[in-house]
Amino acid sequence: MSSKYSSLSLPIDTKRDHIQGPDTAPITLVEYGDYECPYCGQAYSIIKQIQDYFGDNIRFVFRNFPLTQVHPHAQRAAEAAEEAGSQNKFWKMHDYLYEHQQALDDNHLEKYAKIIGLDLERFNKDMENHIHVPRIREDFLSGIQSGVNGTPSFYINGTRYDGSWDFDTLVQILTSVIDNP
Amino acid sequence: MSSSSFSNNTAEVALKPGSIAPDFTLKTTPDQTVSLKDFLGTPVILAFYPADFSPVCGDEMSLYNEILPEFQGFGAEIMGISVDGVWCHLAFAKARNLHFPLLSDFEPKGEVARNYGVYNKKEGICERALFVINKVGVIHWSYISPVGINPGAAGILKALESLDTNNNNNQSVQKNQEQVQQNNTINEKRK
Repeated sequence: MSSKYSSLSLPIDTKRDHIQGPDTAPITLVEYGDYECPYCGQAYSIIKQIQDYFGDNIRFVFRNFPLTQVHPHAQRAAEAAEEAGSQNKFWKMHDYLYEHQQALDDNHLEKYAKIIGLDLERFNKDMENHIHVPRIREDFLSGIQSGVNGTPSFYINGTRYDGSWDFDTLVQILTSVIDNP
Repeated sequence: MSSSSFSNNTAEVALKPGSIAPDFTLKTTPDQTVSLKDFLGTPVILAFYPADFSPVCGDEMSLYNEILPEFQGFGAEIMGISVDGVWCHLAFAKARNLHFPLLSDFEPKGEVARNYGVYNKKEGICERALFVINKVGVIHWSYISPVGINPGAAGILKALESLDTNNNNNQSVQKNQEQVQQNNTINEKRK
């Protein structure tokens, strides 16, 4: 497979991106994901284990790739996560959404906003005005340009990873990236 | 599937940019057909794919469905083609909420895919192949992906962009020529 259409087109930007882990980590793992996608739900817990396993050796970045025609709640869930991000609680919402994938309608999103302690008035106003839609579209289009071909799509140090993302395989692949930078 | 097994299975060679896109008429529903020649004047994306209902969320057709606005921004039409029958296509399009036509290369099986050089004889399915056809029916760009790997849309968008640049160049050449002619006419009158 040529890498011509499968490398990260939008570089990681510490100001715009949602990032966990140090900038100096030898591995940067980017996920393009959809909150309503069951495969992303499976990947969510695997990534947590991977982060535990690699500690400061991994930097994890999440970008939105909602498949709105197959997942009716994916777009609103992404908006809720971005709103949480604007209130400095992106990862709390990100995790909460993946742990409650079966209920992502607007009523539940508001409930989750309350549980994680967001400013509810602001949450409702921003959700109503769809203020995070352009950012989500920007993520989406950057994914398209980078060759995202489904959810979840992973990029290891800027190159799309097409292999299996079960824990053991990922550990093996990422270890070899650290050993052979 | 590895790319080597893919190439062994393909007897034909995929049509290259610069080739005339072979015309076809295929069923898209039980009582509707689509012909390529009806799209002259419009850039067309042909996406050959192995089968309806691949078991992932973001399968290739669902992905293209999400970026229809971007394709439409280039004035381009996209069509999916597989050897599945029209009833299967209908069920698939409904299940994935697809808003573009799926064409059925069903009888004679795979004939259109063969004409484009992207039929996998051993498996009896279309390869995963993309063609961007320009407004005058010439293949502008093509890409064959290993069957197991969804090629995404980055290549299509780049091809449409370059098509657009070519068109703009053509348009500006044409405009320029018109301007030259107008100037000539004015000069003639002055004489």
